[in-house]
Amino acid sequence: MAVPAYLYQVLAAVLFCIGVMGVLFRRNILVIFMCVELMLNAANLSLIAFARALGNVDGQVVVFFALAVAAAEVSVGLAIIIDLFRKKGTVDVEQVSLLKG
Amino acid sequence: MLQLFWLIPLLPLFGFLLNGLGLKWMPRKAAGWLACGAVGAAFAIGVGALIELIGLPLADRSITHVLFPWIMAGDFHVNVAFMWDPLSAVMTLIVTGVGFLIHVYSLGYMAHDEGFKRYFAYLNLFTFAMLVLVLADNFLLLFVGWEGVGLCSYLLIGFWYTKKSAADAGKKAFIVNRIGDFGVLVAMMLTFWTLGTLTFPEVFHRAQTLLSPGTAIPTAIALLFFLGATGKSAQIPLYVWLPDAMEGPTPVSALIHAATMVTAGVYLFVRASGMFVLAPDALAIVAVVGAVTAIFAATIGLVQTDIKRVLAYSTVSQLGYMFLAVGAGAFVAAIFHLLTHAFFKALLFLGSGSVIEACHHEQDIRKMGGLGAKLPITKTTFIIGSLALAGVPIFAGFFSKDEILYSVFTSQLGGLGKVLWILGAAAALLTAFYITRLVALTFYGKPRDKHIYDHAHESPKVMTVPLVILAILSTVGGFLGLPLAEKANVMHNWLGPWVGGHGAEAPSGAEGAVLHATSHSAGLEVALMAISVALAIIGIWAAWRLYIKDLPRVQELSRKFAGAYRVLWNKYYVDEIYNALFVRPIVDGSRVLWRAFDVGVIDWAVNGTGRVLRGTASYLRPIQNGLAGSYAAAILLGAILIMGYVLLGGWR
Amino acid sequence: MPVLSTIVFLPLLGALAIWMLPMPPRVQRWTAFLASLVTFFVSLTLWFGFERGTAAFQFQEQKPWIPDFGVSYHLGVDGVSLLLILLTTLLSAISIYASFPAIKEKTRGYYAFMLVLETGMLGVFVSLDLFCFYVFWEAMLIPMYFLIGVWGGERRIYAAIKFFLYTMVGSLLMLVAILFLAIAHKNQTGILTFDLLDLYRTVLTPTQEILLFSAYALAFAIKVPLFPFHTWLPDAHVEAPTAGSVILAGVLLKMGTYGFVRFCLPLFPHATLAAVPVILVLSVVGIIYGALVAMVQPDLKKLVAYSSVSHLGFVMLGIFALNIQGLTGGLLQMVNHGLSTGALFLLVGVVYERRHTRLIEQFGGLTKIMPLFAAVFMIVTLSSIGLPGTNGFVGEFLILLGAFGTHRVWAIVAATGVILAAVYMLWMFQRVMFGAVTHPENEKIPDLTRHELATLIPILALIFWIGIYPKPFLDTMDASVRHVLEQAGHPVEATPEGMHGMLWFNQHSDEVEAAVMREAH
Repeated sequence: MAVPAYLYQVLAAVLFCIGVMGVLFRRNILVIFMCVELMLNAANLSLIAFARALGNVDGQVVVFFALAVAAAEVSVGLAIIIDLFRKKGTVDVEQVSLLKG
Repeated sequence: MLQLFWLIPLLPLFGFLLNGLGLKWMPRKAAGWLACGAVGAAFAIGVGALIELIGLPLADRSITHVLFPWIMAGDFHVNVAFMWDPLSAVMTLIVTGVGFLIHVYSLGYMAHDEGFKRYFAYLNLFTFAMLVLVLADNFLLLFVGWEGVGLCSYLLIGFWYTKKSAADAGKKAFIVNRIGDFGVLVAMMLTFWTLGTLTFPEVFHRAQTLLSPGTAIPTAIALLFFLGATGKSAQIPLYVWLPDAMEGPTPVSALIHAATMVTAGVYLFVRASGMFVLAPDALAIVAVVGAVTAIFAATIGLVQTDIKRVLAYSTVSQLGYMFLAVGAGAFVAAIFHLLTHAFFKALLFLGSGSVIEACHHEQDIRKMGGLGAKLPITKTTFIIGSLALAGVPIFAGFFSKDEILYSVFTSQLGGLGKVLWILGAAAALLTAFYITRLVALTFYGKPRDKHIYDHAHESPKVMTVPLVILAILSTVGGFLGLPLAEKANVMHNWLGPWVGGHGAEAPSGAEGAVLHATSHSAGLEVALMAISVALAIIGIWAAWRLYIKDLPRVQELSRKFAGAYRVLWNKYYVDEIYNALFVRPIVDGSRVLWRAFDVGVIDWAVNGTGRVLRGTASYLRPIQNGLAGSYAAAILLGAILIMGYVLLGGWR
Repeated sequence: MPVLSTIVFLPLLGALAIWMLPMPPRVQRWTAFLASLVTFFVSLTLWFGFERGTAAFQFQEQKPWIPDFGVSYHLGVDGVSLLLILLTTLLSAISIYASFPAIKEKTRGYYAFMLVLETGMLGVFVSLDLFCFYVFWEAMLIPMYFLIGVWGGERRIYAAIKFFLYTMVGSLLMLVAILFLAIAHKNQTGILTFDLLDLYRTVLTPTQEILLFSAYALAFAIKVPLFPFHTWLPDAHVEAPTAGSVILAGVLLKMGTYGFVRFCLPLFPHATLAAVPVILVLSVVGIIYGALVAMVQPDLKKLVAYSSVSHLGFVMLGIFALNIQGLTGGLLQMVNHGLSTGALFLLVGVVYERRHTRLIEQFGGLTKIMPLFAAVFMIVTLSSIGLPGTNGFVGEFLILLGAFGTHRVWAIVAATGVILAAVYMLWMFQRVMFGAVTHPENEKIPDLTRHELATLIPILALIFWIGIYPKPFLDTMDASVRHVLEQAGHPVEATPEGMHGMLWFNQHSDEVEAAVMREAH
C-alpha cells in the first residue's frame, strides 16, 4: 500500500515545527544549530516528496543545492561557535547579547 | 566753460580721492591747499558757466550732459547725467562759493587738529556729494547726492570719534535722515510707476499732462518727498539731529548744517515744483509745518546757552521759513532766502567758531562776555550777520524774509496764509530777540570768566578774511531780489521762468507765479514790510535792554517763569519723548523677540524634533536586545505574516 | 574645450591632489589656492565669451549618463547663473587665501574639503539635469558639515548637525518632487528624462504644481533662509571658521534663491503665482525680523548672520515681485550680498584672529588703533546698508521698485528695512570702532596685514564697480530675466488681477506715449 503523498508533507511540517521550536526556545547554541539542520532537512524532505508526487526531477535538484549550502553553512557556523566559545567561555545564547542596542 | 560744467562735481571728488588714498603720504599743508583748490576751481568753472548761461536765450537755458548710463531694467532707465540751468547754477555757486570760503577758514580752524588731512578729505567728499545733488538731472542721482551728504554729515559730525557724544550725534543724524530717506524712496517709486520715468524734464512734463491737480497720487508723492525733506532739512518732526550735530567742528556746522546740506530739501521742492503745484493740499501742509517749525525752533533758541545751539535752532527756524515759502508757492522767494541764509548763517557759524577758538573751545555763552573788545573783526562781522538774520534793511535777510512773508500773506492759501503770516512775523520777532541776546551775551557787557577773557585773541587772517567776505555778501546780497521793482529783481527774472510749473520747457513768459491769488499790490507789500521791520527793531531793542542794560532782570524772569524756562531749555523734551516712544520699545522689543521667538519658539521646535526622535528611539531600543534567538523569532513571525498575506490572496 | 566641466572639476582635482599626495601644509594651502585661482581665471573666460542678449544656455555640454533613467550629464550657463559662478570662484579663492593664517591643524582635510565644496557649488549652478543638480546639491552638504564640525567654534558639533539635518530634510522632499516631475513628464510624453530643458515643457495640473512647488520651495526656503526656516543660520555661521562663514553666506545661501529662479518660477508658474502672497509676507517678515533681532545681538558674527536673513528677505521680495525690475534687483543683490557679507565675515575674522572673541562689548574705540581696518569696515558697512554709490543700493532700489510696482503696501513695509539696517549696522560700528578704547587688551593689536588686505581689495573694487557702473552686470542678466519671467509670469487668464494691478502708468502706457508724441510736435 503506498503512503498517501500528503503524509510526507505532514511529516516535513512537523519536523520543521520541532526545529523552529528548538531554535526559539533552546539555549545551547549547538542544539540550536542542530535544530536548524532539522529545519533544513524537513524542507528537503518536503521537496523530495513533491518531486516524487509530481514526477518531476526539479525538486531533487534543489535538494542537492540545499544540501551543499547546508554543509557550507555548518562549517562556517561551527567555526564561529568555536571562536565564540573561546572568547566568551559559554555556549548559552542568552548570555551573548553583544549586539544589544 | 559751459560745456565743461560737468567737471564741477568731479573736481572735489578728485580732491577727496587724492587726500583719502594718499592720507599717509600727503603733506599737511598740501592736503589743505588741494582741497581748497578743488572747490575753488569748481567755483571758477561755475562762474564761467553761469556767465555763458546768461548769454543764452531764455528758452535754451538748460543743458544736460550725460556721463554714462547707470541703471537699466525693463522700462526703468536712469543715467548719470548733470543738468545746468538757472536753478542748478545758483545752487552750485552757493555750494562752491560759500564752500570755498569755509574750506579756507578751516585751514585756520583745524590747523592744530591731528585729523587735519582726514577732515579735508571728508569736506571735499561732501562738496562732491552736494554738487551731485544739485546738478543731477533725475531723482535717483539726486538721491545719490542726498544720501552722500548724509554720509559725510555722519563722518564729519562724528569727526572726533573718540568722544562718545560725537559718535552718538553722528549716528543719530544718519538714522533720522534715513527715516526721511525712506519717504524719498517711496516717493520715487510712486513717481516711476505713475509716470514711467525719473528724469526731471520728462517727469514734470508728464505730470502736467497726465496727473490731475489735487488728486491722491501727486499729493502722496509730494508728502512723501516732504518726509524726506523734514529729515534732511530738519523740520518737525525729524529736526532732532541738527542740534546734536553741533558736536562736529564748527566749519562743518557752517557748511553742512547752515549753508548747504540742510537746504537740500528746499532745493528738491523747488526743483520739482512743476510736479508739486499739482498738490495744493500737500503744499499747504508744507507751509504749515514750515511756519510751525519756524516759531517752535525760535522759542527754543531763546534760552539756549551754547553758542552753536542757538545758531542750530536758528537754522531750523530759518529753514522753516523756506518751506513756508515753498508751501505758499513762492519758490523763487524760497531760493532767495536760501541764498541769503547761506551767507549770513555761514557767517554767524564761522564767527562763533572764531569765538570758540578764542575762548579755547568754550562754547557756553554764560562764560563769555565783553569779547567785542578782544575780537573786533569777529564782533563786527557777527553783528552784520545778526542784522541780516533779524531782517533789518538793507541787509540781505530783510529782502528775502520779507518776500516770503508777503507771498504767504497774499498766496492762494487765503485765510490760512494770513494765519501763517502771523506765525512768521512772530518768529521774526523772536529771531531778532534771540540773536541780539547772543550778541549781547558774547561780545558786550562785563566778562564773566576772567581766564577766558584774558586769553582771548582775534583769529588769524585765514579765518577773518572769509568772515569779511561773507559779511559783505550779507550786506549786498539782498539786492539780488529787490522788491517792488519788476525789472530789477534779478532773482525773479533769472529763476522765475524755471520753477513752479514750467520745468525745462520753453517758459511761456506770462504768469510765472501760478499760485498768487491776488495781483501784486505795492501798497500792501510796503505795509507788511513796515510791520516786519518794526517787529525786528522791537525784538532787538527788547533783547538789548534786557541783556546789556539789565542782566539781573534776566535771572528774575527765569525764576518767575521757571516752568516755561525749563521746558524751553530742555527743548520741549522732544528727544526724551522720542526715546521713550520709539527707541526703547524697539530695542527692548527686539530683545524679547529674539529670546522668546527665535530661541523660544523656533529653536524649541527644531530641537524638540530631535528630542522627540530620541525619546521614541529609547522606547524602541529594547527590541534590540542582542539575543539572536529573539531576532530569529521576529524573522519567523514576519515570514508567517507575509506568507499568510500572500497565500490568502492579498497580493495581486 | 569643455569650459564648464573644467571649472566644475578643477577644484576637485586639486582636492584629490591634496588628499592623496604627501605635502607639507605650506604646499597644501598654496595648491588649494592655486587651484581655486586658476578656476577663477577660467571662469572669467565665461564672462568674456558670454553672448549677452540671448536667454539660451551657453557653453552647453551634454553626455548621457544613465540612459535607462533618462539621466544625462548636462551643463550650461545663462545670465542668471553666470554671475553666481563668478561669485563662487572669486569667493572661494578669497576664502582659501584668507584661511592661511587661521587654520593650523589638519590642513589636509580642510583644504581638500574647501575644494570639494567649491566643486559642489559650481556644479549646482551649471547643472541642467535634475539628477545632476541633486547630486551636486547633496555633495555640498558633506564638506560643509566637516568644515563646521571639525574646524569650527565651541558649539560646532551642534551647529554642524543642525545645519546638516535641517538642509537634508528639505533636500529629501525635493528629491521626491524631482522624481515625481520626471514621472509626470513620462506620463505625458512617454519619455523618461531628467533634463531641465525638456521638463520645462511639462504641463501639470494646478494641484500637482502646488505640491511640487511646495516640496522644492521648502528645500530652497531652508537654504535661503526664509523666515521661519532660518534658525540653522545663526548657529552655523557663528560656529564655522571664518572662511567657512564667507562661503556659507556668500555662496551657499544663494543656492536657495537660485533654486527658486531656476526651478520654481519656470516649472510651476501657476503655483508661483498662488504662492506669491505667502512668500511676500514671509520675505517682509524676514526683512524686519532679521533686522530687529540683529540689532540686539551681543555676538558680532551672529549680528551679521541675522543681517543675512534680512538681506535675503529683500532678494526673495525682488524675485517674487515677478517683474523685470524686481527680479533683476534680486539677482544683482544675490551677488552684492555675497560680496558685502563675505567681506563682513572676513573683517570679523580679522578681529577674531587678534582677540579670539567676537563679543561686541569686548571692543570699542578700535578706529584709533586700526585706522585702515576702520576705513575698510566703514565701506563694507555702507555697502551692506545700501548707500547709493555702493553695490547694495542698486540691488535694493531695483528690488523695492519692482515690488512697489505690484505690491505697494508690502514694498513700503519692506522699505522701512533700510532704516533698520542703518540702525543695527551703525550702532554696531559705533560700539566696536568709535568711542574711547575701553579694554587695554585692544591697544596693541595690529592693523590689517597685507595678506588680509589682499583678500578684501577685490571685494571693495566690486562694491564700487557695481555701485557706480552696474551696466555690464545688468546687461548680462537682462535676456535671461525676461525669459524666466515669460516662463513664470504670464497667467493663464488675462484678468486685471492677473496683471498684478500695476499702477496707472502701465495701464495707460499707450495714452502716455500718445501724449508725449503730441507734445513733441
